[in-house]
Amino acid sequence: MSEQLQELGAYIEAKRPDCVLGWDVTKGELNMNVALANVAGLVEFLRSDPTCRFSTLVDITAVDYPGRAKRFDVVYHFLSMYQNHRIRLRATAREKDMVPSLTSVHPSADWFEREIFDMFGILFSGHPDLRRILTDYGFRGHPLRKDFPTTGYTEVRYDEAAKRVVYEPVSLVQEYRQFDFMSPWEGADYILPGDDKAAPDGHVSKDAK
Amino acid sequence: MDGDIRTKAFDDGSTDFESGEQKIRNFNINFGPQHPAAHGVLRLVLELDGEVVERCDPHIGLLHRGTEKLMESRTYLQNLPYFDRLDYVAPMNQEHAWCLAIEKLTDTAVPRRASLIRVLFSEIGRILNHLLNITTQALDVGALTPPLWGFEERESLMIFYERACGARLHAAYFRPGGVHQDLPPALLDDIEAWCAQFLTKFMVDIDELLTENRIFKQRNVDIGVVTEQDILDYGFSGVMVRGSGFAWDLRRAQPYECYDEFDFQIPVGKNGDCFDRYLCRMEEMRQSTYIIQQAIEKLRAPEGQGDILARGKITPPSRTAMKTDMESLIHHFKLYTEGFHVPAGEVYCAVEAPKGEFGVFLVADGSNKPYRAKIRAPGFLHLQAMDHIATGHQLADVAAIIGTMDVVFGEIDR
Repeated sequence: MSEQLQELGAYIEAKRPDCVLGWDVTKGELNMNVALANVAGLVEFLRSDPTCRFSTLVDITAVDYPGRAKRFDVVYHFLSMYQNHRIRLRATAREKDMVPSLTSVHPSADWFEREIFDMFGILFSGHPDLRRILTDYGFRGHPLRKDFPTTGYTEVRYDEAAKRVVYEPVSLVQEYRQFDFMSPWEGADYILPGDDKAAPDGHVSKDAK
Repeated sequence: MDGDIRTKAFDDGSTDFESGEQKIRNFNINFGPQHPAAHGVLRLVLELDGEVVERCDPHIGLLHRGTEKLMESRTYLQNLPYFDRLDYVAPMNQEHAWCLAIEKLTDTAVPRRASLIRVLFSEIGRILNHLLNITTQALDVGALTPPLWGFEERESLMIFYERACGARLHAAYFRPGGVHQDLPPALLDDIEAWCAQFLTKFMVDIDELLTENRIFKQRNVDIGVVTEQDILDYGFSGVMVRGSGFAWDLRRAQPYECYDEFDFQIPVGKNGDCFDRYLCRMEEMRQSTYIIQQAIEKLRAPEGQGDILARGKITPPSRTAMKTDMESLIHHFKLYTEGFHVPAGEVYCAVEAPKGEFGVFLVADGSNKPYRAKIRAPGFLHLQAMDHIATGHQLADVAAIIGTMDVVFGEIDR
């Protein structure tokens, strides 16, 4: 299987050198880094080329890396039911970038792109109906971004006086439990009290410089 | 759009006659979210021209729980029970995809006995799902008896779930590296006995009740026809593909676990309508029963004995080891507090869940929590095609189409 994917990767790169930035086969899966602007053209090629025949769009999703200049990875998965192989395309996008929509090539991209818009705030150019899909009507923010808190910003409750559901800012009775699993010898940026090996001059903690 | 009546043109050049009284707008109705045939919390905004659906806009997300966001702040093992809550009709099939993804990244080989148990319970899950789907679809089109009969069988299957893992529904039984507990021999005997009566009694009864039933056929034949092009355009999988004569099944095409050892047939339909999909599901239940019988046979054979977890970093030590060996005790403590670390990488793993291809795209960064986990639910794509399939059908057929698409909002809304 792996050799076939190697061949396939080399074939696609040879056919569309302008789109493919790099590719590899890891864990038995073909990964391809592609240029964002050419995604739609490449996908059209992948669908129609008889060797590839990636007829089915399996999934589109995004991954947020807030530390990078090009913050998002937009990840596409395709499957060929005829040739029985899969491919993953990965394109990087800045926060302000418009990602070309695949809805004209694969109608099934519609909801996936709406979901990415909803969850990450990435905009798609050429999408017929880019509205929120999973979150509440009138929701603000993009939940799957790493800087969005797990608890969210608002909570709802039924107000007996107003006789309707009201939205309020989240008030937590207890701090949300985010455990730090790093070993104190590796990850901690604080110094345990009484740890005299911590600072070079003996027993001074970091803050008391 | 927006409710105007269209004047239809016909082949002979004539157009719809329209009198002054007919200058009326199309009718928009909300179907759900509390409609019994909406199978959960689906809200369809339907635009009707008389009784014919002109446009269908599904509003989903009413059951959105933010599973993918929550998963990012929990360890790999703590995330496993979330998968039971996705497609809660067949919980273990979802867990399976998560376990396979972790095992692929950590290069864990699952022991043979665990692999067989997984196949056994995946197929039980398939029967659980198809029982619910077929019988409730019959309910949607007007028959009350099938769900009453079907839920009795589901109940016995859920008792098997309970006897294996302690929970009827939210099993958390498949674990990375194997399954949580071994099966007692008596359970295998009882599952085997159930299989025999299921094939000879229940399947015969439900077949007699539905397959040639005039009302059931009138409501399902030639409704919601799916063509090969629709399959490709809308990314269908599972029975939605097989009902249209496309023999595509991940268990056969891209075998995972030990499905390649099993002998089973893949039923396909001819017309791609609701009735063919019903027939496919019926036959798949029979085939699943055969797989269960084979799995029991293999579990009893000497090669099927042995441990049920790949002992190592990602699985707990045995109870005896934990009580006698300090290292094992430390390992147990660390595993259930900090959890295991998964090497960095990206992987996509899919299983043939009863509803279609259920996949997990996992991005690991080397820590004990997934950096990003994307759940690819088959129902999401099927429901997306609702507008395409339902347009031109009558309002009453919408219920049949929702039924045949086998939507469960746990997995669609995530």
